[in-house]
Parts: sequence; structure tokens; C-alpha cells
Amino acid sequence: MNEIVPAHNIGDYVPMIDGPEKVSGRAKYTADLIAPGMLAGRIFRSPYSHAEILEVDVSEAAKLPGVKTIVTGADCDKTFGVLPIARSEHPLARDRVRYRGEPVAAVAAIDDATAKEALRRIKLKVRELPAYHTAQEAMAPNAIAIHDRKPQNLERDVLFELGDVGAAFAAADLVREGTYNCAEVCQNQMEMHAAVADYDVERDRITVHASTQVPYYVHLMLSQILAMDMSRIRVVKPHVGGGFGCRTETLNVELIAALLARKAGGCVRIMVNREETFITHRGRPETDIKLKIGMRKDGAITGVECECIQRGGAHSGYGVVTILYAGSMLYAIYDLNNVKYLGKRVLTNTPPCGAFRGHGTVDIRFAFESLLDGMARALGLDPFAVRRANLLSAPTFTQNDLMVNSYGLPECLDWVERESGWQARRGKMPKGKGLGMACSHYISGASKPVNWTGEPHATVKIKLDFDGSIVVLSGAADIGQGSTTILAQSVAEVLGLDLARVRVVTGDSEVVPKDNGSYSSRVTFMVGNAAIDAAQHLKAVLIAAAARKLEAKPGEIECLGELYRAGAQDKGLSFNEVVTEALKDTGTITVTGNYSTIPESHGGKKYRGSAIGGTMGYSYSAQVVEVSVDEETGVVTVDKVWVAHDCGKALNRLTVEGQVQGSVWMGLGQALSEETAYFGGLLLTANMLDYRVPTIQDSPPIEVGIVESIDPHGPFGAKEAGEGSLAAFLPALTNAIADAVGLRFNDLPVTPDRVFAALEKRARTNGNKQNGGA
Amino acid sequence: MARILQLTLNGRARTDAVPDNVLLLDYLREQVGLTGTKTGCDGGECGACTVLVDDSPRLSCLTLAATVEGCRVDTIESLATDGHLSAVQRGFHEKLGSQCGYCTPGFIMASAGLLRRNPRPTDDEIRDALGSNICRCTGYVKIIEAVQHAAALHAAGISP
Repeated sequence: MNEIVPAHNIGDYVPMIDGPEKVSGRAKYTADLIAPGMLAGRIFRSPYSHAEILEVDVSEAAKLPGVKTIVTGADCDKTFGVLPIARSEHPLARDRVRYRGEPVAAVAAIDDATAKEALRRIKLKVRELPAYHTAQEAMAPNAIAIHDRKPQNLERDVLFELGDVGAAFAAADLVREGTYNCAEVCQNQMEMHAAVADYDVERDRITVHASTQVPYYVHLMLSQILAMDMSRIRVVKPHVGGGFGCRTETLNVELIAALLARKAGGCVRIMVNREETFITHRGRPETDIKLKIGMRKDGAITGVECECIQRGGAHSGYGVVTILYAGSMLYAIYDLNNVKYLGKRVLTNTPPCGAFRGHGTVDIRFAFESLLDGMARALGLDPFAVRRANLLSAPTFTQNDLMVNSYGLPECLDWVERESGWQARRGKMPKGKGLGMACSHYISGASKPVNWTGEPHATVKIKLDFDGSIVVLSGAADIGQGSTTILAQSVAEVLGLDLARVRVVTGDSEVVPKDNGSYSSRVTFMVGNAAIDAAQHLKAVLIAAAARKLEAKPGEIECLGELYRAGAQDKGLSFNEVVTEALKDTGTITVTGNYSTIPESHGGKKYRGSAIGGTMGYSYSAQVVEVSVDEETGVVTVDKVWVAHDCGKALNRLTVEGQVQGSVWMGLGQALSEETAYFGGLLLTANMLDYRVPTIQDSPPIEVGIVESIDPHGPFGAKEAGEGSLAAFLPALTNAIADAVGLRFNDLPVTPDRVFAALEKRARTNGNKQNGGA
Repeated sequence: MARILQLTLNGRARTDAVPDNVLLLDYLREQVGLTGTKTGCDGGECGACTVLVDDSPRLSCLTLAATVEGCRVDTIESLATDGHLSAVQRGFHEKLGSQCGYCTPGFIMASAGLLRRNPRPTDDEIRDALGSNICRCTGYVKIIEAVQHAAALHAAGISP
């Protein structure tokens, strides 16, 4: 029996355990849940950016044969929103519409054609109000308030100064300032929003299937909007086709489906189209940044001053958190000791923004790393040397009290510098080609939850019964990032069992423990730790049973996964024999694992909102980007990306690589081509041709280096891998363009017309100079 | 108006009454119940609805059901053989060409179409064949690896 060893999977390339369903078409997404007799739901949306609602006349629509029910703002006076301090949104507008496309009414009909025809018969009478489509317009002194409680349309302003920035600039050898503009971008996940709500009239209960990252938040908001006890609500998250943050809060779609289903007394499916998915939005806000950095000759940063204005859209959403992240996450990547931050989150008459991948950190990082690059050039320093002159030494606390325990940024820098051939190739590239580099970081879960209930941050249950299968029950929402696989791996690893023994049940509030959801890269860290905790409890139960049966002490039992024995000479017990013994007294075994963050990770109290940014572990990323710039057309081609990501420990190298490549590529879209555009509040880019998502033809090879700093608190040492590498791409790209053609682009995206215009302008200026000299 | 549509769907002869204005996508999903084919956009933007019509990739969201009269239509549900994943399906699963899985049926059908006409494609030929499919998760790197892996499996005798 000596050949029996525990099975291991951590650190392997493990295909996702729900992969076979996805590649065979068997995976069911919300819109696939077709039931006989279900009604088709459609939403009537405001054609005005800002208006007082005088009347919503649905009488003609109601007369249409096949229309079962219609709901308007009159059916629900409650509000929703992800932050308890900012629940300002109605599922269907009442009194006022605040952006073009805001839901005003909804229809449930026997089929989609009837529902569409009913929408055409709804009449909306309004008195139009001044509409503000930019942050500057909304902040103008005479602007009216979009929300009465927020004068000057300021959702939140943040101001802090830590250290002495004035003195820091005085002590610098070089002080530089730059202004930056990053266009609004959105997630554009492949699955359009959908919800299926089924109301049980006899029992007064409702079941809602929703394409969400946060089933628990949906549960809370359904209870609030429907004024139903939470025990009467069941929320199910089927397979979800991506999220990237647009589904980290309850959306109006699932609430409207529920309102319709209850009023109709039946089952309603809403599948909003791509245009409506764009309008539902929750993307990254347009951001204006003014940044000033002081630097010594050796590259050490003396001080930082940053002003950030975000165009937040018509409702609060995550806005307060986004503007706080932008300030707090200036820290925790480099050793900064004098920082002043002024942030303004502005309400505007555009679709509401949200928590797009890299929440709050991306645009700021673009500005920061761009300015560092220019300063390195001005001081004659290598950009790598400038980063190395400002490294943290972990473990440490930053000036704004963020806890940094593991810090693999130095190794990330080394890897990309070496693999890209930076030292040999930089400055020796052919005309029009260049190399650029930059760094970024991200949190592994916000250390304080949005809803502070006193519960652990994560809870996982494991059920073990007569069949010997390990059933992991978790509310963690797999949206394609692979959390279900990570949970199976974690439990299997602790028990030394093959993955085939483990099944994971997720996504149904009737069955699984509550989970806060998939956002802020919290799941691997928090739910992974809870899964390990649960598995260790189960292992203790099994060892105790084996000890009983083998008449040994638990300390003498050796667990080899499929074999438990008391010493190497013992024939031992098979796993199934141990399970049978363990069940004797108690019947079905269930164990619970929990995880909570430690208080040291909760941030400090130096300014209001300083908990935002706190986490148990920061991931780090460094990138080198190689570009070619076509000086005839202005087209920028990314030839290759080298990215090193410190994820603490790669639990699954395959999914870590996939997440890192996906983040880098999403940064590429934001940097090169993606941006929303509005005309009078009308979204012009509400499809994937005008909202220009990179195709496989536009996308470069992305080589991933995994750096493992082994975080002392992470599950098996792991930290996040799915967000931190997005931000660095943006500045690494523009730094590479600067290297290639000597032009620095501070406004994103860097579209061919922008590049072409800049090249033309330079040619004209040079031409004029030459003419003047002649 | 409706008409009687006869076709070979996933290897089986079928006859259905189909309204003239129904898209192949909606016929497959809503009428037949083959929900593996996905709706990802408002028409022709993303490729998630790609199926094979007589072995050629076709966007089912831009195809009227009535126009496939007499054709062979293959969807993602047709690829597995006796429960075994096809070469392309294995490629996407084993190399993580699929993350959230929503674009996957479209990518797999477009790739299956490619391998049926070109069993050993180059990376550039893969890019050409998949240029009208959008994926938002992978950055496409592992999709190219998945198709190359599928081609190798296909060469070893597994159906594409």
C-alpha cells in the first residue's frame, strides 16, 4: 500500500471543472431558461436625458390583446442601490427621469412581439429639464441638482493630504505636472442582461434567476423593492457570461422582472438586448486627472499631488467607493510619504457608472505611470530604475494605513525586463517601433464588506454522506473566472483527494450559504480560505473516525487521501470505510468553514472613507509592451506583451494565465479603441461595432510570468489574479508609443485619428521651424 | 405568414411550421429548444450565434430560418460523439479557450468549420477564421492555442 499518496492539484494546470458544460452547449444561462407559458418582458425607456414626469399613459398598451400586465413607477415607491448610504435609484422612474434610456415602464405579454408592440403604445408626458452630459456642465454654479440631496451634483468629494507635499516638491530635483483624460468605457460582457422571475401566487413566494455577480445583493434589493420578507425570496445564479464589474450591484432588470411577475401572477423572462445592456452600463467613468510628482535625481519620488474628477452618471451606484479607491490606491505600490488627493465624483445625465474591473485604480495608474516615464526620460534614468528607486519593503503599512504583507513587484520587474530583452533592445528599435513599461496593483477583496452584518466574510459548507462524494456548498458566484474550480481544488488538496470526488454546488440561495459575491477579487482569497477551513474540519472528523476504527490516537493517523492508516505498517482503511465509520453516530456530516479579515487590514482613520483600499493582500503586475506605429495612418499595433503578475501562489496556473491575459487585453481595448460616445445624452456606441472591441486580428501574443510571493494570509499563499494586470497595460502602451515616435498621449483611447493628428501637428511645427530657419 | 421548413438539424431530419420572419437563431433556441447557440448582440456584431450550414459557419442571427430549407444545420449540440467531446470542444476545454463560456459555442462552431476545410491551420489562418467572433474573457491567446490543440487532436483521429 506504500504507493498510495495524497492527490495534489494546487499549482497545476487544471481545466475548469464546469468546462465540459460550456463547450458542449449544455451550460444554461439565464436567457436559456425557457419554460412553457412564461411571459415575455420588455422595458419602456426614457427618450429624455432629464425631465419631470407628468404622466405615463399605458392605457392603449393595456388594451392590446396578449398584454398581461404593465408596471410603472407608480407600482413601486422604494429605492435601491448597492451602498447603504446611497440608495437613490427607482427600478422604474418616478417623478423624474435622469438619463436617456432609464426604465419608465415595463410590459409582460404572451410573446415578445406583443410586448414590443405594447411599448410603442405607451405615452410619456414630461417637462424637460436642463441636462448635463459632462462633469463640467453638471458642476457649473447655476446647474440644477439631478438629485435633490446632492447640491452642485457632487456625489462625493474627497480631500486628504498626508505628509507635507509643498516641502516634498521643494526638496525635489524635478517637479512635473500632467493632465490626463480617460474616456468612459464599459464591460460589454458577452451575455446580455437577463432575468427570469417566477411568482408563486398561492404561497406568496418568488424565485428570480439573474445574470448577476452578486446573488445576495439581488436578494436584499428584491426584498426592499417588493417589500417581501427575505425568506419568501429565492435567488438563483445560473451560468453567467462574464461580468467584469457591471453585475456587482443589483440591476434594474432583475427588479423589473420581479415586479412584473408578481403583478402578472406568473413567470416573466426579460432579455434586454445589446443596446439596452450598454445603457444599463455600470462601466468605468470618464475621468479627468491632474497629477504632479516631485522626484529626486536618483528617481525617488518626494511627493504626489493628484486631482481626479469622475463623470459618474445619473445615480450613485458604487460612486463614493470609486472616487475613494482612486485616491487610496495611489499607495501600496510604491513607497510614498507625501500625498495630496482631491477627488470629485459628479452626477450627470448619463447612464450610471459602476465598478469596472480594476475599480477606481486604472485611470489613476495610467496617469501616474505615464508621468513617471516622462520624468525618467527627463532625468536620464531607465524606467525600471525609477520603479526600483521607490519600492516598498514588506511587511509594512503605507502612510494611509494599508497593510502590505507580500510584495512581489521586484520579481515582476525582473521577469519582464529579462524576458522582453529590455536592456539589449530599448533605444535600438527600428523606426516606428518602441518598448514601454509600467506597473500596477490591486486588492484581493475589500477588507470591509459593503453590508456590515457581523458575519464572517465568507462561509463554505461541505456535506459528506453515504456515497463518499464531497459536496462543497458555496454562494460564490462563478461568472467565468473559475471560482467553482478553485473551491474544488482547495477542498481536494486539503483532503488529499482526486478532484473527481468533489462536486461544487453554487448559486442557489435555497441551498448554499450566503456569499457577498464576486467583486473586488475577493473570492479566491476569502472563499478559498473558508473552503480550506471547512475541509480541515472535515479532515479532523475523518481522522477521528479512522482512529476509532483502528483503535489508535488521532495523532497517529496518517491521511493519504484515499487511505487512512495508523503508521506505515498498517493496512489502513479506505476512504469509503472511514466515511462509513464517521457516519455511524451522526448520519450525514456537514462541516462549516469561515473566513474573516483581520482588523489590521481595515485601513486607518486619517480621512473620511480611508477604509477603502484596505485588503488582506495586494497583487502586483509589471508589463512591457512592444508597439509599431504606422506614421502614414496613425495605426498603433501591439506586437507583443510581457506581463508578470504576483498572485501570491498560482493555485491553478491555467486559470491564472487566462485571467492575466484577459485583464491585459481588456486594458488594450480601453487604451486603443474603446470609448462610449453620446449625442445629447443619446448613447451612440450601443453596439460592438461602434463600441470598438478588439478582435482576434487586433490582439497580440501575451506572455505571462507568474510571480509567487506566498502571502502569509492567502489560501495556500494566493492573492488575486484577475484584475491587477489591467491597469499597467494602458501606460505601458503609451510609454511604448512615446519610445517609438516621441509623442506622448495623455488622452485615451489612442485611436488612429488621434495619433495621426499628433503626427501631422508635429510635422507642421517642425516644418514651420525649418521654414523659419531658412 | 408561416411555412413548412424541412432541414437536417444535427443529423436528424426535421419538419417544422416556421413564421417567415423568424431568425434561424430564434428558431433553434425558442422553437426547437437548442439553447447552446447564444444571442450576444442585436445582429451580426459578435458571432456568438455561429452555426454550420452545410459545413460553413453562418451567423444564425442574420439568417432567416426559412432560408435553410433542405440544408444541413449543425449546432454546438451536434459535435460530441457518443458523449465524447469533439477535438475542438476538448481543445477549448483543456486549453482554457473558454472562460465564461458564452461566446464559446460560436467560437467552437467557427473553429469546427475551419478544421473541416483546413485541418492544419496556421495561427494567421485561425485569426482569419475567427475574426468575426468576439470574446471578452480570454484576450484570444488561449483560443488560438485551443484551436491548435484541436487540430492536433483531429490529426490523431478525433472528429473536429
